[in-house]
Amino acid sequence: MSTIRKDVIIVGGGPAGLAAAIEMHRKGLRNILIIEREKNLGGILRQCIHDGFGLARFGQPLSGPEYAQRFIDEVIELGIPYDVGTTVLSITPEKEVTAVSSDGLVTYQAGAVVLTMGCRERTRGALAIPGERPAGVFTAGVVQSYINLHNTMVGKEVIILGSGDIGMIMARRMTLEGAHVNAVFEIMPYPSGLPRNIQQCLNDYDIPLYLSHTVTEIHGSSRLTGVTVSAVDENLQIIPGTEKYYPCDTLILSVGLIPENELSLSAGIEMDNRTKGAVVDEYYQTSVPGIFAAGNVLQVHDLVDNVSLEAESLADNVAVYIRDGSLPVCDVQIITDGNVSHTIPQRISGQKEFTLSMRVRCPFKNCTILIKQNNIALKRVKLQKALPAEMIRISIPKDNLKPEAAVEVSVE
Amino acid sequence: MDELYDVMIIGGGVVGSAIARELSRYELKIGVLEKNLDVCFETSGRNSGVIHGGFAYDPGTYKARFCVEGNLEFDQVAAELGVPFKRTGKVLVGNTPADMESLKRTLESGQINGSCGLEIIDDAQLHNLVPSVIGKFALWSPNSGIVDPFLYTIALAENAACNGVTYLFDHEVTGISRARDRYTIITSKGDYRTRWVVNSAGLGCGKISEMLGLRGYKIVGSKGDYIILDKNVGPLLPMPVYPVPSNTYMGIHVTPTVDGNVIVGPNAEYINEDAFSYYGVSQKEIRSLAESANTLWPCIHKKDYIRNYCGILPKWVDENGKIQDYKIEARSEAPNSVNLVGIESPALTSALPIARYVVSLFAEKESFIRNTTFNPVRKPIIRFAEQNDENKEQLIKENPDYGEIICRCEKVTKAEMLQAIHNPLNVDTVTSIKYRTRAMMGRCQGGYCQTRLAEMIEQEKSKAVEDIVYARNGSKLFVGKVRR
Repeated sequence: MSTIRKDVIIVGGGPAGLAAAIEMHRKGLRNILIIEREKNLGGILRQCIHDGFGLARFGQPLSGPEYAQRFIDEVIELGIPYDVGTTVLSITPEKEVTAVSSDGLVTYQAGAVVLTMGCRERTRGALAIPGERPAGVFTAGVVQSYINLHNTMVGKEVIILGSGDIGMIMARRMTLEGAHVNAVFEIMPYPSGLPRNIQQCLNDYDIPLYLSHTVTEIHGSSRLTGVTVSAVDENLQIIPGTEKYYPCDTLILSVGLIPENELSLSAGIEMDNRTKGAVVDEYYQTSVPGIFAAGNVLQVHDLVDNVSLEAESLADNVAVYIRDGSLPVCDVQIITDGNVSHTIPQRISGQKEFTLSMRVRCPFKNCTILIKQNNIALKRVKLQKALPAEMIRISIPKDNLKPEAAVEVSVE
Repeated sequence: MDELYDVMIIGGGVVGSAIARELSRYELKIGVLEKNLDVCFETSGRNSGVIHGGFAYDPGTYKARFCVEGNLEFDQVAAELGVPFKRTGKVLVGNTPADMESLKRTLESGQINGSCGLEIIDDAQLHNLVPSVIGKFALWSPNSGIVDPFLYTIALAENAACNGVTYLFDHEVTGISRARDRYTIITSKGDYRTRWVVNSAGLGCGKISEMLGLRGYKIVGSKGDYIILDKNVGPLLPMPVYPVPSNTYMGIHVTPTVDGNVIVGPNAEYINEDAFSYYGVSQKEIRSLAESANTLWPCIHKKDYIRNYCGILPKWVDENGKIQDYKIEARSEAPNSVNLVGIESPALTSALPIARYVVSLFAEKESFIRNTTFNPVRKPIIRFAEQNDENKEQLIKENPDYGEIICRCEKVTKAEMLQAIHNPLNVDTVTSIKYRTRAMMGRCQGGYCQTRLAEMIEQEKSKAVEDIVYARNGSKLFVGKVRR
């Protein structure tokens, strides 16, 4: 097995990988390769046939495949090399990337690696939802794939657990395909998906959303026959006596996305327990020099437009790393109060301006996001509302920033 | 019902399949009636996957005898049948003087049973073997091991099928009659005539006994729940860790699987026959399993849960509810029958010794002609993920489908999936393919591969999507095409 040298290997040909590759090409990097395990480029966008993609970036609503195609066309036009039907098996801390396809095994010695593997869905098993184990329990993304890519209908009488965006989108999709969506249940006291999806996918179709409710038992020995739903209190504990039985043949789970970081772990990259993605600095470089991450593998995004933006912004840094062999030291920590669920980056150099992306832990009205260092405010952002479903991106100017004490992010 | 079978075996679990395989060494027309759509959909596939040492059973019992015998031969059996097996050893961990007394008693009965290499080890030895365990001393059984219970049952059945045994799935036995030295077995899919009949119906052993006219067996189920943990905790558990056993129950333990996951459980809840098909797990049970096992091995965190399941052991009890030994009998009230009752743990370990014993009961009445074409070897599906780079390259060169990863978590290739779909038993539920390949068994639980798996079954077996079944009869996955 021979080893092939590449300046940059991009792992994953979804929206993040495509945007990163195009931007790196623009910065003059030519000896790069996108590796995609599926037979086509585009990633999860291929199955997202609803519209609403690209509003921020292109100022018009595109479907997922249309959004992806704009990038795929550019990749092809620029002649950026890509291998589809190829799965990366491992990445070493020395940036040796082993991939497999029907042509065989290949090992690349990469100058830099860009991780853009996206995310996967949280499952029934991970939540340990009690009850029997019939057919008819699916995650939302799997249902989306069955219907939109495989022309296969999964059921007729539907309950949805979790108010994630894909779940709501599938509520509409199932309805349009003739299924009856009974209700969406969300364990938290607020929705986890975007307000626009609550309006366009649930309200417009008279599908009720019940907050502070969860599925407490699954029934059916062969195909699903129904679910028991219970109300929960403020500590998310089930309130006895609130159980209600809903007959259904399909339960769709939209209960969270988890960055897919098995390969990152094989490379020995430090992970953030909050995002389940890598710890990165303002260059989107992970704890392993020369390995970068962007998109949903780094943090689960709300909009694909933000994924593209994030992936593009690492291109310059990769080019510098390839040229100089290193990037400035980043040992200024970004710390958060209890109202902030996480930030990207988690550490910075303190020597230049940077973009902070973050989410709040629970909904706020008329709040201020305060970013300070040494008790000096670096930036104050007033928001009429802040929702956990929406990412917040804030540019932090160089002005008062110092390469010393931790930067604190809080919501008040 | 024109064909006359020499032997009809009721129940295609690990014991029924072992009997089928051992009988296929002879010139006999053998059938297996299985009510499910594949083997190991009940107790044989719903357990801890432990190959027991044979120390936990009363001396002189079938359980002790067959378990020790099965344990000692398992390396050879696993190699012959191409089944993943690891002789990991096992510890029973104690803390108190009472625990020590109990372990010493277990050690003594183990020695009488012929269980090899047992010894009491101290704190240091214990923590040298399993650093993460909580306990002061242990009974160490170096001969205990772990096996893939699905693949072992499948391997026995496939080997039997390749040696001429006919498996009849989706055949539930509803009645048995006997006239002119022939049995007629009435099933949900027609009647079958046979000279001999074997009751290895597991949870159904009581019902089948009644049908044979062998009345009075009281069977209770011991329902046990399990949690499966992610492979990332696997390295913390090199062998099964058990508490000190009681007379009737092994206790909640933690067990590594041959593939590197960890399973936690089981508890034991006694249930009656009418609940034998309920495989639900409650929230309370999951919580108490984790709490209990964490006192033994404090590495169980909810973030590592990937699935839960339960299994039901058929226990034969006397009128006082006391659990009995296996009953394996050839009684004159039901001539030419072998009736197996209460075949519970350690049946995975004991299956082949039990099968040979059943064959010996036949041989007392009838002399068999050797099947000269019998081949004891079953070639497993070669797993891409378990090969070194050189072998991987070779596999892909010989079959490019070995380069196409279908299951991302377990790195199962298209080549493996195709071999599994075209299996010797001709079964094609989604779970059948899952058990044979490990696709859908990883941390994403099929999030990536299940759509591909369903499509492959549809295409390879020329099935309509609405006929694709998840596991049990009627567990249809789809209602049809979105658009024609």
